[in-house]
Amino acid sequence: MEVTRRLILGASGSLALPGLLRAQGSGPIRIGEINSYTAQPAFTVPYRNAMQLAVEQVNAKGGVLGRQLELITRDDAGRPQDAVRLAGELVNDQKVDVLAGAYLSNVGLALGEYAAQNKRLYIAGEPLTDSMVWEKGNRYTFRLRPSTYMQASILAEEAAKLPAKRWVTVSPNYEFGQSGVKWFKQLLTARRPDVQFVGEQWPALGRVDAGATVQALEGMRPEGILNVLFGTDLTNFVRQGNTRGLFERRSVVSLLTGEPEYLDPLGDEAPEGWIVTGYPGEMIDTPAHKAFTSAYRAKFNAKPMCGSLVGYSLINSIAAGIAKAGSVEVERMVEGFRGVRFDTPAGQAEYRAIDQQGTLGVYVGKTALRNNVGVMTDWRYIDGKDLLPADEVVRGLRPASAS
Amino acid sequence: MDSILPQLLTGLATASSLFLVASGLTIIFGVTRIVNFSHGSLMMLGAYIGWSILTRLPRDPEWFVLGVVATVLATALIGVLLEVVVLRRVYRAPELFQLLATFGVVLIIQDVTLWLWGAVELPLPRPRWLRGFVEIAGNRFPLYDLILIVTGPVVLGLLWLVMNRTRWGTLVRAATLDREMVAALGVDQRLLFTSVFALGAGLAGLGGALSLPNASANLNIDLSVITDAFVVVVVGGLGSLTGAFVASLLIGILQAFGIVLVPKITLVLVFLVMAVVLVFRPNGLMGRPQSEAREASVAAPVVRPAPPALQLLGAAALALAAVAPFFVGDYYVTVLTDACVAIIFATSLHFMMGPGGMASFGHAAWFGTGAYAAGLLLHWLGAPMPLGLLAAPVAAGIVAALFGWFVVRLSGVYLSMLTLAFAQIAWAVSFQWVDATGGDNGLLGVWPPDWARSPRTYYWIALVLSVGVALLLRRALYAPYGYALRAARDSAMRARSIGLDVARLRMVALVIAGAACGLGGAIFAYGKGGVFPTYISIPHSVEALLMVLLGGLQTVAGPIAGALVYTGLADILVRSTDLWRLVLGAVIVLLVVAFPEGIAGAARRLWLRGREA
Repeated sequence: MEVTRRLILGASGSLALPGLLRAQGSGPIRIGEINSYTAQPAFTVPYRNAMQLAVEQVNAKGGVLGRQLELITRDDAGRPQDAVRLAGELVNDQKVDVLAGAYLSNVGLALGEYAAQNKRLYIAGEPLTDSMVWEKGNRYTFRLRPSTYMQASILAEEAAKLPAKRWVTVSPNYEFGQSGVKWFKQLLTARRPDVQFVGEQWPALGRVDAGATVQALEGMRPEGILNVLFGTDLTNFVRQGNTRGLFERRSVVSLLTGEPEYLDPLGDEAPEGWIVTGYPGEMIDTPAHKAFTSAYRAKFNAKPMCGSLVGYSLINSIAAGIAKAGSVEVERMVEGFRGVRFDTPAGQAEYRAIDQQGTLGVYVGKTALRNNVGVMTDWRYIDGKDLLPADEVVRGLRPASAS
Repeated sequence: MDSILPQLLTGLATASSLFLVASGLTIIFGVTRIVNFSHGSLMMLGAYIGWSILTRLPRDPEWFVLGVVATVLATALIGVLLEVVVLRRVYRAPELFQLLATFGVVLIIQDVTLWLWGAVELPLPRPRWLRGFVEIAGNRFPLYDLILIVTGPVVLGLLWLVMNRTRWGTLVRAATLDREMVAALGVDQRLLFTSVFALGAGLAGLGGALSLPNASANLNIDLSVITDAFVVVVVGGLGSLTGAFVASLLIGILQAFGIVLVPKITLVLVFLVMAVVLVFRPNGLMGRPQSEAREASVAAPVVRPAPPALQLLGAAALALAAVAPFFVGDYYVTVLTDACVAIIFATSLHFMMGPGGMASFGHAAWFGTGAYAAGLLLHWLGAPMPLGLLAAPVAAGIVAALFGWFVVRLSGVYLSMLTLAFAQIAWAVSFQWVDATGGDNGLLGVWPPDWARSPRTYYWIALVLSVGVALLLRRALYAPYGYALRAARDSAMRARSIGLDVARLRMVALVIAGAACGLGGAIFAYGKGGVFPTYISIPHSVEALLMVLLGGLQTVAGPIAGALVYTGLADILVRSTDLWRLVLGAVIVLLVVAFPEGIAGAARRLWLRGREA
């Protein structure tokens, strides 16, 4: 309830702001942010909270280039076509200087396409798809969060250390799931030629028939399981898997499951001993992260989620990029953002000049139960720059036009 | 293989869950003839209410049962509220308007649930007994799934007793067969409808509460459940409880084995089943053909050309639209471009739905076909925009023709459901066939050539095309073909007896509507720079329905007015509040209650008042 009221106030406030009465260079620097606030509220609301926190903090320190930051958010309802329309509104009507946002990969790609076409700077926060900075990469699109490839590569590295040889995969049947499985298979087989993939399950996103899926996996008698399901699919899958004993005496590696967004709802049924990527939250005790969590708690009376980390880092990265560019002129910002280093609660990161991918890293660890709640244990943070392929590979992936 | 038995049992458990939801839907439809889109929302409420009640009770089995019963009663009460406040006011409206009202309710319940329970999914913590299992053929099988397997037939048995051994049940069955006759015999329809709705809602609540041990209360239940429930109801035969049960079994078991054999088929399987069943049994497995004769006697009024004053108004609006880019900013020009696309989307649906009498729940399929045709031509052959705009209607028309072969023999809701099934299959193909369609990530880089790239120029192109399409459709409607089509709609039998080839007339209507809609899809794709599976999604199809119904079916101007109102309203709401679904839903419900004949219909009535007297 608290959140919702804030949302309404925030949204109506941004609407009421006069878009015309601003002279270039004196008013606030405007960041136009588009995300799936109604379609994916569990992930995007903590994310927006953290963005607001970051904007406040930046402004309290005097803003960027002597100007305040201003954040305007829009809801794309999970539809790329709406996101493109709203991008037009933010650019042409609200006169924003930077576009940001997206949770779903297709929304991110659509916004990246818009940015390239209209020569606007777009900084993506959440979307995971690799093509965003590689095959479909373009000069005007930057992406903060570690991609599907980066997440899968660390899991493959961990899986290679396991004795398991017979592997199965279960993954939602769409681009994210398919590339997650593809990279994992490729990278694991490269490290361990003796590994065999004996079967796969492809439930439709959001509609897993968990009992039948678990039973089918059980029938394959695997030694290791790669899971790419998340959200409600994951909840249903874990429940059936627990009851039917699918996970017993088997190694499970799982993408994103360590994020509190997905781990918390599992409650006391959170699986133990899965190797996952995720976000250990308040267990991280670096000074930067502690400052972040206490500020977040003070403002929202809630623990930060993985989305919060991304939202907070996103704003900081934008502030750093503009500061380095020394201007909000688009081409100068592109040059400025390339190679800019910025602080995040997880550690310092940068937007690589080579593919405009952020080097925000990945936390990898094991799941465990503490006081009937799932947590990550034995986790470590791997800098994103160590998870990406060699430079010549990346150059080959990116179109020439993206330079 | 020792996993056949557990897989079979798993399928049976799925079947029971499906039946619980579908049974309520089929009962409500049987009596009230309402296609209740909000049935999934009722199940979602059942899950949330069940969660709230069950987490507060002790965790023993007897308390679980008590909690479920309380949930059922609570949802039944919500059903009563819904019926009395909203639906009762729209029974007299044309059939599909109730669907519109229930869709408004879906939007409202979405936001209310989010507000009450928050965004995070809420799984019910499972006590030990709910985690229990039995050893079957060397596999652990969940005890709770065994309970579910029993629950389905028990509920069916209880419903059978109520329907066949009580006076109320007799009335319900009579009303399912012939509503008007029951009314003529002096049965209180209001009470009957309200109580039927309460029963249906209660069953949805039961389904929601019983889904908790295996899943969670979350905000995606409504739309994912409603499509499955529709499929079951249609496959079983509308209004048939036994049919719904058989269909649930069929789908549950096919699904359980299907994903072992063809893991990627999950999304399309149920819709393939539905398509196959409807092709061989147009009224579902156990459904009876709906009585046609009496409905035909209330023919819709003849659509006549607009009065001169309205034509003048239209011309003025068009002139205004043509010069609009000189007065408004770039963003509003793109909104106007969207409005042009919406006009094509709505008028093409109106063509097959109003005069053609074929209400499509899957109109976005043609929209998407056109968009993908343009996008794929560009990707494979580098085809320029004019060629893309030409190919889109051709491709959509061809697909519509292929599909028409299955559809035109059906009527009423069965036809609508088959269009839904087809759209869902098309969506699944675009979503999952990543190599060809780019999958979820879509096709990018679909931009107009340089000369048409400015928002203004592109808007004028869209305007010319949309006005052209609207005028052509209008021309077809007033041609002899249009009159023949309307004759086929009003009474297929009489039309046949005077020598009209009804199937062919409807087929042509479908192809025309599909082709026009495909063009709209291509214009949209070039306007947005990409093609995505969301173009074919069910909510997009529903948008087309909303536009047409908001505007009204009885006039040619109706869908245009509906498209403009809907586009404008959605744009303003989305940008002004996070609660846009709540407001949009409320506006839809209010409009339906206030103007059951649509905006244009209401305007026409006001216009005619005092003129034709």
